Amino acid sequence: MRAWHFSETAYPYLPPAESYPSIRVSLPNRIYDPAKGAALYDRYIDEWLIAEDEGVEIMLNEHHQTATCVDPAAPLMLAALARLSKKARLLILGNPIANRRQPVRVAEEMAMVDVLSHGRLEAGFVRGVPYEILPANSNPVRMNERHWEALDLIVKCWTHHDGPFSHEGRFFHHRSINIWPRPIQQPHPPIWVSTTSTGGAAQVGAHGYIQATFLTGFDTTKRIYDGYRRGWREAGRGEDVPIDRLAYAALIYVGETEARARAGAEKLLWYITANKVPPHFSNPPGYVPVAMNVQLARGAHNVVSAFGTEQATVEGAIEAGTMFAGTPDQVFHQIKKHWNHVGGYGHLLIMGQAGFLEHDDTVHGIRMFAREVYPRLKEIYPETMVSGTSAKLDAVAN
Amino acid sequence: MQSTMLQVADVDLDVFDSGHVDSNQGSGKARPIMFLHGGGGFDQRQPFVAPLAQKRRMVVPTHPGFGKSSLPDWLDSVDDIAHLYLELMDHLKLDGADVIGCSIGGWIAAEMATKAPERFRRLVLVGPVGIKVGPPDKLDIPDIFAMPEAEAQKLIYHEPERMRLDMAKLSDDELAAVFRARETLALLTWEPWMHNPKLKRRLHRVANPALFIRGESDGLISQAYLEAYARMLPNARTLTIKAAGHVPQLEQPAAFAAAVLEFLGE
Repeated sequence: MRAWHFSETAYPYLPPAESYPSIRVSLPNRIYDPAKGAALYDRYIDEWLIAEDEGVEIMLNEHHQTATCVDPAAPLMLAALARLSKKARLLILGNPIANRRQPVRVAEEMAMVDVLSHGRLEAGFVRGVPYEILPANSNPVRMNERHWEALDLIVKCWTHHDGPFSHEGRFFHHRSINIWPRPIQQPHPPIWVSTTSTGGAAQVGAHGYIQATFLTGFDTTKRIYDGYRRGWREAGRGEDVPIDRLAYAALIYVGETEARARAGAEKLLWYITANKVPPHFSNPPGYVPVAMNVQLARGAHNVVSAFGTEQATVEGAIEAGTMFAGTPDQVFHQIKKHWNHVGGYGHLLIMGQAGFLEHDDTVHGIRMFAREVYPRLKEIYPETMVSGTSAKLDAVAN
Repeated sequence: MQSTMLQVADVDLDVFDSGHVDSNQGSGKARPIMFLHGGGGFDQRQPFVAPLAQKRRMVVPTHPGFGKSSLPDWLDSVDDIAHLYLELMDHLKLDGADVIGCSIGGWIAAEMATKAPERFRRLVLVGPVGIKVGPPDKLDIPDIFAMPEAEAQKLIYHEPERMRLDMAKLSDDELAAVFRARETLALLTWEPWMHNPKLKRRLHRVANPALFIRGESDGLISQAYLEAYARMLPNARTLTIKAAGHVPQLEQPAAFAAAVLEFLGE
């Protein structure tokens, strides 16, 4: 089991939520004070480096036009971290390649970071949440097709070393591609892809890339992992899916005492409670399939924006499997329960900072996890394990 | 009155044909009207269909990605549909037809007319989109996808309360068609938003008599936009329908049919 400290570099100093219709897309940037923002960047970078000192890996992501994640050019932050950190793996999850017009440029950025970091890059690719559509002016229809054409092209950019090649595809056109530098890691840096659908997961599994899923709880995560394992096997990759192919992101706070853990967990809920977004931003036409829209219109729960009100309490979020919070023992058992339910994963993406969780409390949470929980997870979930067999293992154990 | 699935290129199109009107009205009257629907799709029960079909044969293709018509993966623009419909005209021998196009259907009609003006007789464009005439820092057409649904309804309808679609009353198939239409509309109009920058450089070729209609309370197409559009065709004029928004054919079907038939010379 490998753990990653994930910070969205949020800007929490906002007016009352009643005063604006959306925290994303349309919130005027006059609210953002660049001086405060600079101090926040300093602080969040410090926290990543503290996580590295504790043996935890580094993860960041990219969003646009939002106070929830002020990292609209994640490769830039990644480049800074490549020089400031020394040993941690550097995961960007990820590059929103269905929204970026130049996949070749993305390949160049990632290759450059891999070289800058002496081969520590983990290159993630995401379709992007629906609120990213407008900031990118990206067509919400056929994103999946664009995503895969871009990803295949990026991999070719990294692995083709014999001078220019051309690409005349459905969405992207290049007459002469020959990127410099090429990545250090051979044949290319590890590739991660996030998805919330079983069909998408099967596709990721067929490619053998690392599948990540965010805040999808118990049953949805299991469905996604089942999809991945099915895709993996059907592509002829063998019966065994190593756990290091699967990742889960949750809100995680470990406190020395229950009281301290509770206080930290309450503040982590900012991710859920602050995410005020109206439907026209959270569900643009074509983002989800027609059949899903019919279900949503009939009152179904939207997995894509799973920030439901029932999860806006610590108990509700823990119950749903979107949060692991408490003392080291409690968190260890919560993770174990989730791990067993979904079939097992090898990466835990820790959303361990949010909103008003101050520096000292964030560091406390990182250290408590790293020192009191992480060693136990590494011991029971070695990277050589196979995913999807926990039911069998349980049966053997019983 | 019937709908038939026709294959044109590799697209399966649902084409409604109201059939020939009584032949003793004279050969001119048998000239068909090709009707190109707007973003809301077409249903032969819509209230403007009967008054028009009483006088003229109406041929109405349902656009690719709307209703029962297929959407191949290569098709992603209004220009693609314009080419497809010229081919449909070949199949159905529709040369000399009048054309009515509403909203995005008006855009399709304008694209078709710039490619082959000689194949049409008269053009009626109703709240048409398709061009950009205003400054770069202001959308000519408000972004209906970036506003609450209720706000969009106010821009589209003169009487939004009366015209509002009650989702709860739709069957799953009907509801699916609504979402599919929305998705296809987004695919076709997303970027550049609701227009083809080249179209206005081509419209001068369309010398056919043309009528540009606008509902008086249309919140999507301004009067200035409509007039600028009409001025790009050498032989066009404008007309306003009262107590109607972006879809006067639905809100004022009688006034709409009367204005159209008068212009077409019935």
